[in-house]
Amino acid sequence: MATSTTNEPLGGTPSGPPSPADGAGTGRRLGALLHRLDVKGAPYAFVAPFFVIFAAFSFYPLVYTSWISLHDVELATLDVMKWVGFGNYVDLWGDSRFWNALRNTISIGVLSTVPQLMMALGLAHLLNYRMRASLFFRVASLVPYATSVAAAALVFTMIFERDFGMINWALGTVGVDPVSWEAEKWPAQTAISTMVIWRWTGYNALLYLAAMQAVPADRYEAAALDGASRWQQFTHVTIPGIRATIVFTIVLSTVGATQLFGEPLIFGQGPNGVTGGADNQYQTLGLLLYEEGWKNYQMGRSAAVAWAMFLLLVLAFAAQRVLARLRARQS
Amino acid sequence: MTLHSLPVRTDVPARSSAGKPPGPGRRPLWRGRAGRQHHAGPLAYLLLGLMTVLSLFPLYWTMVAASTDNTRVSQTPPPFLPGPNLFSNLSRAWDEAAMGKAMLNSLIVAGTIALSTVMFATLAGFAFAKLRFKGRQALLTLAIGTMLVPPQLGVVPLFMLMSDLGWSQQLPAVIFPTLVSAVGVFFMRQYLAEALPDELVEAGRVDGAHSLRIFWSIVLPVARPAMAVLFMITFVHAWNDFFWPFVVLDMTNPTVPVALTQLSAGYVRDQSLIMAGALLGTLPLLLMFVVFGRQIVSGIMTGAVKG
Repeated sequence: MATSTTNEPLGGTPSGPPSPADGAGTGRRLGALLHRLDVKGAPYAFVAPFFVIFAAFSFYPLVYTSWISLHDVELATLDVMKWVGFGNYVDLWGDSRFWNALRNTISIGVLSTVPQLMMALGLAHLLNYRMRASLFFRVASLVPYATSVAAAALVFTMIFERDFGMINWALGTVGVDPVSWEAEKWPAQTAISTMVIWRWTGYNALLYLAAMQAVPADRYEAAALDGASRWQQFTHVTIPGIRATIVFTIVLSTVGATQLFGEPLIFGQGPNGVTGGADNQYQTLGLLLYEEGWKNYQMGRSAAVAWAMFLLLVLAFAAQRVLARLRARQS
Repeated sequence: MTLHSLPVRTDVPARSSAGKPPGPGRRPLWRGRAGRQHHAGPLAYLLLGLMTVLSLFPLYWTMVAASTDNTRVSQTPPPFLPGPNLFSNLSRAWDEAAMGKAMLNSLIVAGTIALSTVMFATLAGFAFAKLRFKGRQALLTLAIGTMLVPPQLGVVPLFMLMSDLGWSQQLPAVIFPTLVSAVGVFFMRQYLAEALPDELVEAGRVDGAHSLRIFWSIVLPVARPAMAVLFMITFVHAWNDFFWPFVVLDMTNPTVPVALTQLSAGYVRDQSLIMAGALLGTLPLLLMFVVFGRQIVSGIMTGAVKG
């Protein structure tokens, strides 16, 4: 324990020069030194664990991925790296499976994110009413978030089963022929998107709800005085009021969609999983990354896919930026 | 780093003003106070009821399928009411499908990750909220940036690193990369900025307490509720984490999600066994949500909003 009783303001900026008249002994000076050291150094010590662990297990791998992507590396001999320059990227560019996976990642991303966020907005609006059992409804809408990808994907895979699945049975009762949810491209992508929507709608709704509750009431009052209908209040007060949160959920969902892996993997039930169906009809970039690395043993190509994913993400954010700026200019 | 964890509100006090009484002298015209709207009508209840059914039905049906047998599950129309075999299926999943071992592993992994995340997040959150030091803003911005990096990008080097360390197929390979979380740091920073009075920290300094002592005796007691919420949310994420454990672990030593993939990959699919495994693997988290639902919901909402 530091022995100094120097009264410094919180956080280390000294309140003034140390009093020269203070003729205390060396013990006291040592104490003051320790105290200064503590005040100056402790903040760094407190934030250090986060940054050290992040650097070791997230930042270093991220950077090293680019180095590996310039080499041929086999899964069995990870320490033998053969320089190939941009060979992996050239191969990827000419590989139709890559373009297919890219298209699938984008289409499943759109199919899952857009309805998910719209529904979350509606659900948040409903949860924002003053009502009975509001806690129950909030917890219930969050329950899917407590379900793992694996468990959720297993259940939905059965619900979407072609021969005895519940969806096809329900469709049959209204006279629709059974759909081959797994074997056909768009049905498969729809089923996979359904899993994503189910798991994340309630979570996003709670984020929107929190933001809605922070919109100042007088804005609604002003809108109401201007004769705005409830719908107009929703589109002209609520939506602008929670815009920052909407952008935030779009960013999070985009990051999530880019990495989509577990849902399509399990939906393919084993052998079909990694390839994303017999015709790669729902193979995402995440699955391709895994297939190249851990099924074809080409770690260099796998790393190149990872960088392609990153590029996709950067482009997606850039596009969002540009769109936002265009919209701002219009209005 | 877990994305999709707590998002962060950096510019709004952690506890929103919802629920406070309306300002004096002014009758609330449309809303009681910020965000509080009209009373719900029958239509709102109906729609919420529908959403609740959609939310809960897949889990209910997991239970139904886990309680029947394989032939009944594969008939049309599918079963809608529970059968008699729930406990025999659960115990088969526990024994045959390695769910017992997987659940123990997941408990170790999620427990360790949640504990360390809470500890480091509280330390860093306190420093960012209440201590002043050079580069604070820059470090904070850097930490925000880490949230946008998809963890899959580093998976190849991470895999190499783990095999160098001899941790392949071992639990430390899953535990170490996620010992900290940026969103956790923000969550604690937001909470402490609001809940911990500056005077309390200053008083500790005046009394001659060093920083660690202040952290231990002054910060921790204040931070406890937020730490509990962060623990639960981190636990949920760690328990459910899929991609990296799937890559680095194998069936001899799986976590719950990894064991579940194996259940479904067999050539003869025992549907009610699969569903029993899924139910078993989800049950601990469901129990947590039933008991602590209020805290988890409020944690997500108060930690939330605005990037």
